Amino acid sequence: MSKTLFDKVWDSHVVRKIENGPDVFFIDRHFIHEVTSPVAFLGIKSRNNTVLYPERTFATADHNTPTINQHLPVDDPLSANQLKALEENAAEWGISHWGLGHQKNGIVHVVGPENGITLPGATIVCGDSHTSTHGAFGAIAFGIGTSEVEMVLSTQCIMQPKPKKMRINVNGELGFGVTPKDVALYIISKLTTSGATGYFVEYAGDVFRDMTMEGRMTVCNLSIEMGARGGMIAPDQKTFDYIQGRSLTPKGDAWDKAMKYWETLSTDADAVFDKELTFDAAAIEPMITYGTNPGMGIGITNNIPEAASIEGGVATYKKSLGYMEFNEGEAMIGKKVDYVFLGSCTNGRIEDFRAFASIVKGKKKADNITAWLVPGSHEVEGMIRKEGILDIITEAGFTLREPGCSACLAMNADKIPPGKLAVSTSNRNFEGRQGPGSRTLLASPLVAAATAVTGVVTDPRTLLV
Amino acid sequence: MAYDKFNILTSTAVPLSIENVDTDQIIPARFLKATERKGFGDNLFRDWRYNSDDTPKQDFVLNNPIYSGKILVGGKNFGSGSSREHAAWAVYDYGFRCVVSSFFADIFRGNCLNIGVLPVQVSPEFLEKIFHEIEKEPATEIEVNLQNQTITLKSTGDTESFDINSYKKENMLNGYDDIDYLTKMKSEIEEFAAERPF
Repeated sequence: MSKTLFDKVWDSHVVRKIENGPDVFFIDRHFIHEVTSPVAFLGIKSRNNTVLYPERTFATADHNTPTINQHLPVDDPLSANQLKALEENAAEWGISHWGLGHQKNGIVHVVGPENGITLPGATIVCGDSHTSTHGAFGAIAFGIGTSEVEMVLSTQCIMQPKPKKMRINVNGELGFGVTPKDVALYIISKLTTSGATGYFVEYAGDVFRDMTMEGRMTVCNLSIEMGARGGMIAPDQKTFDYIQGRSLTPKGDAWDKAMKYWETLSTDADAVFDKELTFDAAAIEPMITYGTNPGMGIGITNNIPEAASIEGGVATYKKSLGYMEFNEGEAMIGKKVDYVFLGSCTNGRIEDFRAFASIVKGKKKADNITAWLVPGSHEVEGMIRKEGILDIITEAGFTLREPGCSACLAMNADKIPPGKLAVSTSNRNFEGRQGPGSRTLLASPLVAAATAVTGVVTDPRTLLV
Repeated sequence: MAYDKFNILTSTAVPLSIENVDTDQIIPARFLKATERKGFGDNLFRDWRYNSDDTPKQDFVLNNPIYSGKILVGGKNFGSGSSREHAAWAVYDYGFRCVVSSFFADIFRGNCLNIGVLPVQVSPEFLEKIFHEIEKEPATEIEVNLQNQTITLKSTGDTESFDINSYKKENMLNGYDDIDYLTKMKSEIEEFAAERPF
């Protein structure tokens, strides 16, 4: 019987099927971080369980870490306590731990692929919804809750009903100044934040085929923002070239054997999806959000939609615009911005810093802008230095911070102050997401860079040569 | 580790008629710093519930003494965004045992089921009816019957059935959880793991 890519990977990981219930689903790779794991370890203790396969779990500190002076003790005692708990739990159970200051430390969804932990055909979970990122490699990857973190630690399995299948095709060629982030924000704006709930998405078509691995990670990362459990892209030569030779990828015979399996990982020609959508790449502009969920996005040259033209609750829509201090019908371009945030598991990779540098090169940061540039990992930070990007951004008046989730969720000190407006390359513009009272516009690294040098929301195409 | 058994819950309800309530609203990230599952109810809907000086916002429903109960009724697409189970913990710790909406985000729904909070998905029309009845009479009681998979507005007798898979239903009725199930099949899992290519 014909199968989709998703079917092939899912079905090969089912340990037991429960009638009118979930599948017992085996997890190859498990990432943990300091925020969603401590209670899971407490659960293991209270039940007298053990960690079944410590070599299948990888710990990194990222959500709650400072992005300056990482060599000093962490100021916030609660954050310090969580970091210590992660370190102690990892040590107690023999789990690899890339803590603060470790050369491999960084955001979990950046360091996983960098180190070859993320592999095609693998099942990957983490107590973080943006685990969908790893789907870029043809893995089934999704976020879980802390109860499930405990299940994986103690049994390497979780219990999940198999999601429905959706394929999203984007064909044609992307326009000038249009990035993978814009593709994702465009799709979410069409589907809304619940349009893919209950589904697992496969991205297909010219645009994803032509996309770099970094771009594919950005797109898969944002799958959760349309409600999907995850998103994936069939592995190809680009995927194999990216992972080959990384520190934890299979080597020698193991690589050859894995390649034989990986080459089978594509959707059969006559496989059927529960839902299929197709978009035209040429219709996608640089995107920006104007509201308080990632589905409230428009092409940057458009005006904020009128409430009457919106599907769904008018009261909720008006509440959202009220929070943003925006009005229906207003233009986004030209709005005065206070903060620019480049980073996160969505856009904290080397390609994002290259894009940012391509715009700010030879220009100066606008005086009204506070900019936080946060690499996704030490490896990204190293490349920023090596490629001369640090010189370009320094010359333009920007400074580089140390790796971490930072202002994406503002658990650390990197909080956008109340009422301030930020253009952010991260993934969520919920009320107060970047700090109580903060207002967020989600956009690509190019839009962030253009805004950082002009001080107002700016179409990057006007600055790109 | 078992949680509370759930069979029939009859209670008044708290109406939160906002759509797309994300888990950052249910519990903001800055309250996720605990290493134990304690006290999250205090910060449930923190920034909708309190001003920046920690005084209660009078217009928020949790601060309105006429509404109370063990059932939270939310607008469409409840629990979207972050996978933080802390959101479900906060709902539970505050005292809710059931959340009713016309649509739930996947991860939040799963997290609720894993800790013994029952998510009940109703039709948009039934949801409107619930909001309408509670607005008219805050003392309106709702009966959620898990065995029969029904939700009933006691004042009008309106009733609707809801879906839950039979495995999860048994778990909720008996207070079992997934780890109880999984730990019993450890040898089957070990055999499976031995065959994995990586």
